[in-house]
Amino acid sequence: MADTSSARAQILGGIRKALGSAEGSDEARKRLAVHPRNLVPARAQLPQDQQVDLFVAMATEVAATVERLPALGDVPRAVAEYLAGLNLPAEIRVAPDAALDAIPWNERPTLTVSKGRARDSDGASVTGAFAGVAETGSLMLLSGAERPTTLNFLPDTHIVVLTRSQVVGTMEDAWDRLRGLGVAGTMPRTVNFITGPSRTGDIEMRIELGAHGPRRLHILLVED
Amino acid sequence: MAEKHPAPRVGLFVTCLVDLFRPTVGFAAVKLLEDAGCTVEVPSAQTCCGQPAFNSGDRRTAQELARNTIAAFEGFDYVVVPSGSCGGQIKKHYPELLADDPAWAARAQRLSARTYELVSFLADVLGMTDTGARYDGTVTYHDSCSGLRELGVKEQPRRLLASVEGLTLNELPGAEVCCGFGGTFCVKYPDVSNRMVEAKTADIQGTQADTLLAGDMGCLLNMAGKLKREGSAIRVRHVAEVLAGVTDTPPIGEKA
Amino acid sequence: MQPTTHAFPENARKALSDERLQKVLAIAPAGFVNRRKQAADRLPEFEALRDQGRDLKNHVLANLDTYLEAFEAKVTGQGGHVHWCRTDQEARDAILGICRAANAKTVTKGKSMVSEEIGINDYLEANGLTPIETDLGEYIIQLRHEPPSHIIAPAFHLSKKDVEGTFRQAHTDLPPDRVLDDPKVLIAEARTVLRRKFQQADVGITGANLMIAETGSTVIVTNEGNGDLTQILPRVHVVIASIEKIVPTLEDAALVLRLLARSATGQEASAYTTFSTGPRRPGDLDGPEEFHVVLLDNGRSALLGTEFQEVLRCIRCGACMNHCPVYGAVGGHAYGWVYPGPIGSVMQPALLGVKEAGHLPNASTFCGRCEAVCPMRIPLPKMMRHWREKEFEQGLQPAAMRKGLGLWAWFARRPALYHAATRMAVRALGALGRGKGRFAKLPLAQGWTQYRDMPAPEGKTFQQMWAEKKGKR
Ligand code: SF4
Repeated sequence: MADTSSARAQILGGIRKALGSAEGSDEARKRLAVHPRNLVPARAQLPQDQQVDLFVAMATEVAATVERLPALGDVPRAVAEYLAGLNLPAEIRVAPDAALDAIPWNERPTLTVSKGRARDSDGASVTGAFAGVAETGSLMLLSGAERPTTLNFLPDTHIVVLTRSQVVGTMEDAWDRLRGLGVAGTMPRTVNFITGPSRTGDIEMRIELGAHGPRRLHILLVED
Repeated sequence: MAEKHPAPRVGLFVTCLVDLFRPTVGFAAVKLLEDAGCTVEVPSAQTCCGQPAFNSGDRRTAQELARNTIAAFEGFDYVVVPSGSCGGQIKKHYPELLADDPAWAARAQRLSARTYELVSFLADVLGMTDTGARYDGTVTYHDSCSGLRELGVKEQPRRLLASVEGLTLNELPGAEVCCGFGGTFCVKYPDVSNRMVEAKTADIQGTQADTLLAGDMGCLLNMAGKLKREGSAIRVRHVAEVLAGVTDTPPIGEKA
Repeated sequence: MQPTTHAFPENARKALSDERLQKVLAIAPAGFVNRRKQAADRLPEFEALRDQGRDLKNHVLANLDTYLEAFEAKVTGQGGHVHWCRTDQEARDAILGICRAANAKTVTKGKSMVSEEIGINDYLEANGLTPIETDLGEYIIQLRHEPPSHIIAPAFHLSKKDVEGTFRQAHTDLPPDRVLDDPKVLIAEARTVLRRKFQQADVGITGANLMIAETGSTVIVTNEGNGDLTQILPRVHVVIASIEKIVPTLEDAALVLRLLARSATGQEASAYTTFSTGPRRPGDLDGPEEFHVVLLDNGRSALLGTEFQEVLRCIRCGACMNHCPVYGAVGGHAYGWVYPGPIGSVMQPALLGVKEAGHLPNASTFCGRCEAVCPMRIPLPKMMRHWREKEFEQGLQPAAMRKGLGLWAWFARRPALYHAATRMAVRALGALGRGKGRFAKLPLAQGWTQYRDMPAPEGKTFQQMWAEKKGKR
């Protein structure tokens, strides 16, 4: 690999010369440590109940579909009916996520369930989520050994299981939750904020769904 | 207001294009100001605000002309300009142009603080609500860029036009889009400028108005020139002419 | 890509006589304008967020060294690599080096303006690799060997018929009699073809809308999901980003993201906003094994501390071009290089020099609409004026223009002479024009009278009439 250290020295040197300082700044270091919030719009600063409603409304606006379920136990039925309703094969690729372990897939023997990262042949995936952001109706998904990112992008249909308590107001709230996990400041390899299904307006500015990623995003919002 | 306070002394900055092409606008401005109780003077030491030099990258000349204007207009309560573009030059750009000139920076600031575009001065500073004028026609109004975006001239002309008897205003779609004049731009890039003014005249024709108004001679010459080239019968006037009821001179680009 | 920026007037003429392009330009930018306005109106805090965005980026630029170093430390600490590149050539070499080390043959690419700036596709191709653009618009124009005409919608100058023709020519392994008359079908075809490419690719290159110093993350914002497939499927993920894209923290990213999607497409949020941090972690079932950030300067640090510093706040949303009447008249290709519209008129002289790009800052009426919508409140007209000042200092403007303005200024500095001269000129012109009230032709004013009449002056100057009136009073 080429050594770019002289370029590094020159670029940083040039910047410091233009800024007239060589020390770096305490103000900047402090900002990194404290990560203060900027102005956060009032829209999503609501009681959690209303945040959930806002989340549903915003997600629906961007062409995601949302179904509310009383319990995780209802997920297999909901998935099977959703796929059947669209005449899609009853086959799902599920994230090997401990958070989804409580789902009783075997209650729906007609549903073919396999676990792992997505393969090109997978038509539908089921994953969990880390949070739902009410302000924009976005889902926040973290990568990890139990949560392969390919499931979020390769299949045509992406079904996401989100629990009610996972709904937060804003992206800032979601960052706070992530930081609160304690794995001190480490971001997972990939954090996806997903707002509706894949889309493109690249041909004559007409919005079409399903460009490269899923053309359907179905959210199962489960009470907890 | 004239009874309560001594008449405000207003210096009129005529602008090159009004001075050369359309003195009528200058007299309309004087009438509007005098009717509203101002004393109007026109310093003869004024020439050009320097914007052509400024926008051509000739900062030094722009600074010299700025100093000339500042000197000519010291001592007035207000300086009023029947153009958003020249008004913007004085109000927004003089302070910036002379910021590093210790002898002139404060003087530029003082002039800036006292300078107004004509229509917004009438409406916002003098609180004029009724012009008492009459104009029988359907007009449409183009928002000139500098007035709109540098000086916030938008509602004021509409408010005053609403008080003109006999006048109907048909809003111009895309009223805030540039007409393609742009000073030297229109002769440096004539093809692009033409495309822009073509789009503008198409929108103007679409309003069914018989008269086009705007607050800046540059834009007016451009749009009038294009409308006339296209054979349009739409009359073109500076908004001050209609507000002052001074409409006996032929419209811009038409014979007596 | 060889710039043709110096030929702006000819490029513009070509664009103006291109009927197909004019049809698109009559509709598309207005769509962007309306959607942005709706999105901005819907968020009461939008203007305040713009203020904060401006302040944030000013703060970043004033502490750029600190944030870049912090970013680098985080990337390295998580097993990634940072490559510092002064020039486009260094960046090309760095990327080629990474590809060679990975034994790469096929390289997929997410949309990245910086990759256009450094011309990476041609370079990789010349070195035996196959780069494939995966953003639908970029893919289409890559097949057509055209540069993008818009930074957000690179192929928006093309009709679906154009795309159909392009696909028929390129996808020769598909049945020639297939029906391709609907955008849906075209998109599906591209999706299928590109899926294969994603699976073959050894290296994926994306840009970055943001880099985050706090976490060492890079962020991409897309609607298609191609940028994600580009970085999770190949073994190696290369991010090419210019140094000013850095923000301090995740909270600061949230601020910029609120402005970006709304300003660009009028969306509340784009479909995919993805934060990438280092290579895949132990136990991960997917994701790249290597993570490289190619940090490009290419003249940007030299803008710090100059009158052009503020342009480094740009987040490449495209709002300035959507609202620009000049862009709206001629489209993106006329600008002759990577960055069109007002941002191009400020950036291209910085990147290509005023000699090559001098037309662009002049081809503006200073109508100010770009500045009025720029989420980062960049004073674009002011910066174009600064480029004009540079040109003036270097004597690069046309001689006739210089002379004419010089003469005007000479008189304007001498009020008495000025009034006498203008009186004479106006009297002569007024007499000539009295018959019609306007001129269809006028010597020295062909630029004007080629397309429009010149209204005649009334015959006397205002100053003259005022003096006469005062004399009488
Ligand atoms: S200059 Fe402003 S409006 Fe233009 S692309 Fe950059 S951020 Fe967007």
